[in-house]
Amino acid sequence: MTTKPSLFAQYRGGARFRLRMEPRMKQPGWLGLIVSLGAVTFALVLGGIVLMLVGGDPFRAYAFMAKAAFGDIGVFSDTLVKATPLILVSLAAVVAFRMRLWNIGAEGQFYLGAFGASLVVLTPILPPETSPWLMIPAMMIMGMLAGALWGFIPGYLKAKYNVNEIISTLMMNYIAVAWNNYFIFDVWSEGGFQMSRQFPKTAWLPRLTDYSAQVPMFRGLTIHLGFVIALIAAGVVWWIMYRSRWGYEIRLIGDNPRAARYAGINIVRNTILVMMLSGALAGLGGMLEISGVVHRLQGAISSGYGFTGIIIAWLAKLNPILVVPISILFGGLLLAGREIQPSGIPMLIQGIILVCLIGSDFLLRNRIRLVQIGQEA
Amino acid sequence: MDPIIILHAGIASGTVLLFATIGEIFTERSGILNLGLEGMMLIGAMSAYKTALATGNPWLGVFVAMLAAGLLSQVHAIITIQLQADQVVSGLALTFLGTGLSLVFGEGLSKAGAVALLPSFSIPGLVSIPFLGPIMFEDQSVMVYLGYLLVPLAWYYINRTRPGLHLRAIGEYPAAADALGINVNRLRYFYVLVGGMLAGVAGATISLAVSPGWFSHLTTSGQGWIAIGLVIFAQWDPIRAAGGSYAFGALRRMILDIQGPMKIFGLRNPFYYNPYWGFFLQMLPYAFTIVVLVIGSREAIRKRMGSPAALGLPYIRGERGL
Repeated sequence: MTTKPSLFAQYRGGARFRLRMEPRMKQPGWLGLIVSLGAVTFALVLGGIVLMLVGGDPFRAYAFMAKAAFGDIGVFSDTLVKATPLILVSLAAVVAFRMRLWNIGAEGQFYLGAFGASLVVLTPILPPETSPWLMIPAMMIMGMLAGALWGFIPGYLKAKYNVNEIISTLMMNYIAVAWNNYFIFDVWSEGGFQMSRQFPKTAWLPRLTDYSAQVPMFRGLTIHLGFVIALIAAGVVWWIMYRSRWGYEIRLIGDNPRAARYAGINIVRNTILVMMLSGALAGLGGMLEISGVVHRLQGAISSGYGFTGIIIAWLAKLNPILVVPISILFGGLLLAGREIQPSGIPMLIQGIILVCLIGSDFLLRNRIRLVQIGQEA
Repeated sequence: MDPIIILHAGIASGTVLLFATIGEIFTERSGILNLGLEGMMLIGAMSAYKTALATGNPWLGVFVAMLAAGLLSQVHAIITIQLQADQVVSGLALTFLGTGLSLVFGEGLSKAGAVALLPSFSIPGLVSIPFLGPIMFEDQSVMVYLGYLLVPLAWYYINRTRPGLHLRAIGEYPAAADALGINVNRLRYFYVLVGGMLAGVAGATISLAVSPGWFSHLTTSGQGWIAIGLVIFAQWDPIRAAGGSYAFGALRRMILDIQGPMKIFGLRNPFYYNPYWGFFLQMLPYAFTIVVLVIGSREAIRKRMGSPAALGLPYIRGERGL
């Protein structure tokens, strides 16, 4: 085993010590969890310091956020509503990142998904009195198709012309927002307002509160069927990634593209398909959001979900199942964050968490030891 | 739709992209990809504006912007150089961090009111050059002129000086550079800092010169990402970067102007009669970035050149790289 030169040398109690880094040969299973938790804790402390700098009280702010997100069944239901789009955009990031395709465009694919679903209702492709059993699946399919199309374009450019997908997907985000705005302001504008008319009830995903007549307990619970669909999507993505041949190919390309090519795996086709799958997942997220929550097409349906999804995917170590609980935590952060001033705080905390998280990966790959100088082997 | 006005304003707005793009060229030439431009530019724009507001001195604003964005860039440097983390993810994290920090510290700044801006002036003599004079040298901001100076200086530094040779070496073949006694990682820290400080200048150029003010995250509206696209289009060459930046600046300006007149080229102007068509015009800079990327990538394949060979890879002495 080779040792690396020391980072720091220091005196400790007369004897001379130095920190020495050694690459780890294998990682114990618990280490990842400990390091991630440590990184998030450290990030929250840093975030607290920034909060103090701008004149806030970090303890009160964090306590307030915890209460506003998980305090009772009502707000917890709201947290799950927030978590629903997050799960889907995070899954979108997971499938792409696993192949080392940096799809930063989940935000735009989310918007396009909402647009595709709206097409069904507002064109209208299906009349408003259509049964929800047909309406909802049609909206889901159109949302996923539109998202997949938005993923296909950068995927194709990457596969055929080696166009950097980070920038192309990001540019597609801006185009998607402008595209939706055109429809909201002009084509589907309701009475000059910057939103479409409300969808007919047949296009609404059922919520628990809709059944409060039968079960009084459900009164005011906004959680909708979309959460269940998101859970199913997580299971499907897990199955694709770890139980199917396609998932094996995706993981192999991600780990070692050269080996994958020698094994005869079609990288061009997989690049396009994975970008489309990723876009479809984000698009489904957009569809669920407008069908389950806002019930119309409008601007600002996403508060940067696409970007939060990247952090969640990374925090979950690209594990589709772990995405679910972490999305719920971040759903709480976003929900509570809306009431925190200044408004940039949730974004800032997310940024600090991601920075600490990727920095902490170093501890997984390396062991840091205090060694007495002169005693080194 | 006066072409002189569009080009004049286009150069001013392209100067923002120019500083950011050349800064990123320095960083990427050293082998570090920093996708956090957008965040660093926002921090620069915010801190420059806030400083100028507090002190009344716009130059101090530019200085603080360089300091703040440079400091932020060092977060990326520590994570990618010292801790050898993935540069793509770290750059994204930097964007979040920079955006979050500038939103938090820029709270309420958008209603702050007038602030002392960087001076604008004409260059006597040069201004009377036909056509180019009124575009390049008449009543431009001092930052525009600094941009003119930066382009040849950056090109000369990278291609004709010894430190420039070292810069290219650590980005192409760090192990060989190391064997020659060049401290690879220390230089990489330095060039990440250079990139960060120039991104800060780019931000300050927005908020104190080109489109003064603080409009939260809309201040940059994706220009940091466009700059990263321009680096690829420019093939890591400052002179091509200048061409790309000014062309993009002119495009941004043209989009604003095209909605004004009732007729263009004697035809009915659809953008005048339906202002909402303007959303399609808004897409153009972003769509063009993608087009520019396709051109840049195809050219790179044809000429068999491309990014610095070690771009994106941490340098670990003793490990077989490349």
